[in-house]
Amino acid sequence: MSALLSMQGVSTAYGAVQALTDVSLEVAEGEIVTLIGANGAGKSTLLMTLCGDPRARAGRISFDGADITALPTHAIMRRGIAQAPEGRRVFARMTVRENLMMGAEALGQPGDELPRVLALFPRLEERIAQRAGTLSGGEQQMLAIGRALMSKPRLLLLDEPSLGLAPLVVKQIFGAIRRLNAEAGVTVLLVEQNANLALRLAHRGYVLVNGRITMAGTGAELLAREEIRDAYLGGGAH
Amino acid sequence: MAYALQQLINGVSLGMIYGLIAVGYTMVYGIIGMINFAHGDVFMVGAFVSLITALLLGLGSGAAGPGALLLVLLAAMAVTALYGWTVERVAYRPLRGSFRLAPLISAIGMSILLQNYVQVAQGARVKPTGTLVPGGVTLMETDGFAVQFSYVQMLIIVVTLAVLAGFTLLVTRTPMGRAMRACEQDRKMAALLGIDTDRIISLTFVIGAALAAVAGCMYLLRYGVIDFYIGFLAGVKAFTAAVLGGIGSLPGAVLGGLLIGLIETFWSAYFSAQYKDVAAFSILILTLVLMPSGLLGRQEVEKV
Repeated sequence: MSALLSMQGVSTAYGAVQALTDVSLEVAEGEIVTLIGANGAGKSTLLMTLCGDPRARAGRISFDGADITALPTHAIMRRGIAQAPEGRRVFARMTVRENLMMGAEALGQPGDELPRVLALFPRLEERIAQRAGTLSGGEQQMLAIGRALMSKPRLLLLDEPSLGLAPLVVKQIFGAIRRLNAEAGVTVLLVEQNANLALRLAHRGYVLVNGRITMAGTGAELLAREEIRDAYLGGGAH
Repeated sequence: MAYALQQLINGVSLGMIYGLIAVGYTMVYGIIGMINFAHGDVFMVGAFVSLITALLLGLGSGAAGPGALLLVLLAAMAVTALYGWTVERVAYRPLRGSFRLAPLISAIGMSILLQNYVQVAQGARVKPTGTLVPGGVTLMETDGFAVQFSYVQMLIIVVTLAVLAGFTLLVTRTPMGRAMRACEQDRKMAALLGIDTDRIISLTFVIGAALAAVAGCMYLLRYGVIDFYIGFLAGVKAFTAAVLGGIGSLPGAVLGGLLIGLIETFWSAYFSAQYKDVAAFSILILTLVLMPSGLLGRQEVEKV
């Protein structure tokens, strides 16, 4: 199986500050791949670099066989990548429906994915006419993921969907991701600080330390590694 | 009473012109966070294109038919929109991602450039035109004072309301309008949804310039005299209107325009016509000091 997404030797910097160094990773069609690492390791930067903002200073990023390294952000997203970014970034002064429709409209799509998104997150249907700024954190996360799904992406990028949410809500959201992957075949690249949760969900994982990939393996393999348990899972409490 | 009613009519029709220009300031501010100081001069270009079109159509003396006026208006909107697009493309887009003051300085340069260009191309003398929309109705007459509601004032009010209604529909009801609002709220996220944000910014300038052209056309019809320098004062007053209404707020821009028009007119009527600009700009200072977010503006909330 050839990779849907591949990054080869990608480096990124913010001004003089090196954020990613020589990062290579692959995501195959139908996989859930997770990227774990501490705060500030460069996880969000990696997802944003995929989307062309900031632009990779070195290396090559390809999606579905085509080189997307130099494309502007909107052109990359139009190829079938969608992101629910760090901080959710819902449009606070638009309604839930408008937010969802934005996900499809920007690509000139009619938004016929709406019923499926609402079935996945019934809470959004209850809040459909409300302004997004009035939603709870968990609902905003559902909205951010739902909005990303509206364009029927082939690759879904999720940035810390569990951040700041109650365990029950996190469970709902991770359940939804699992269903999306299993039932709709959506390929997922998931960035998480909650390594335990992420590695249990994902087929494969990468560990990012100070902008470099230091380990890779299947979810189970990484969960079993002692250094992972020490660094990311609270000193082997599991 | 009659005198005050007359001032109300004058003030509202003047305020409509300010409001149309102010919308352009506020739109651009909302979407890229800069004050487009060249916008007043884009308004001036709109007035000149209106005049040139009117002359080409053989208007200029005597009343003009509604068809001819519509043609003047549309030509002004189209040509001025092209100016707006070019200004953004040439002076602002290359500076995106540069330091915050850069586009502002560039805007001031663009303002001077447009003034000088029109001065060279059209001459420095004032350009008078005949009364294209003559006449009016007398609403009431008391103590020898007749309250006049001229047809040109009616035209200004009706055209402005129609244009603003169309504009509001565009922004609130169409995918394009939603994309504009998305860019205004979070440009980075808009790009992540596949919106070509550069295109939306261009569009904002095009629409803002077209609205300024409507204002320029109305100004020409109302006052019958224009020169290359009218954009400065009208621009600063419309900017004041945008600040008063709350910069970034579209209804605020229109409300601010109306208020500035009314304040200026009543000040001239009851205190001093010479110092009417003092009134308008005192409002700017008072707003900035006492109520920086304006009447309908949002408090700045730091984005997390």
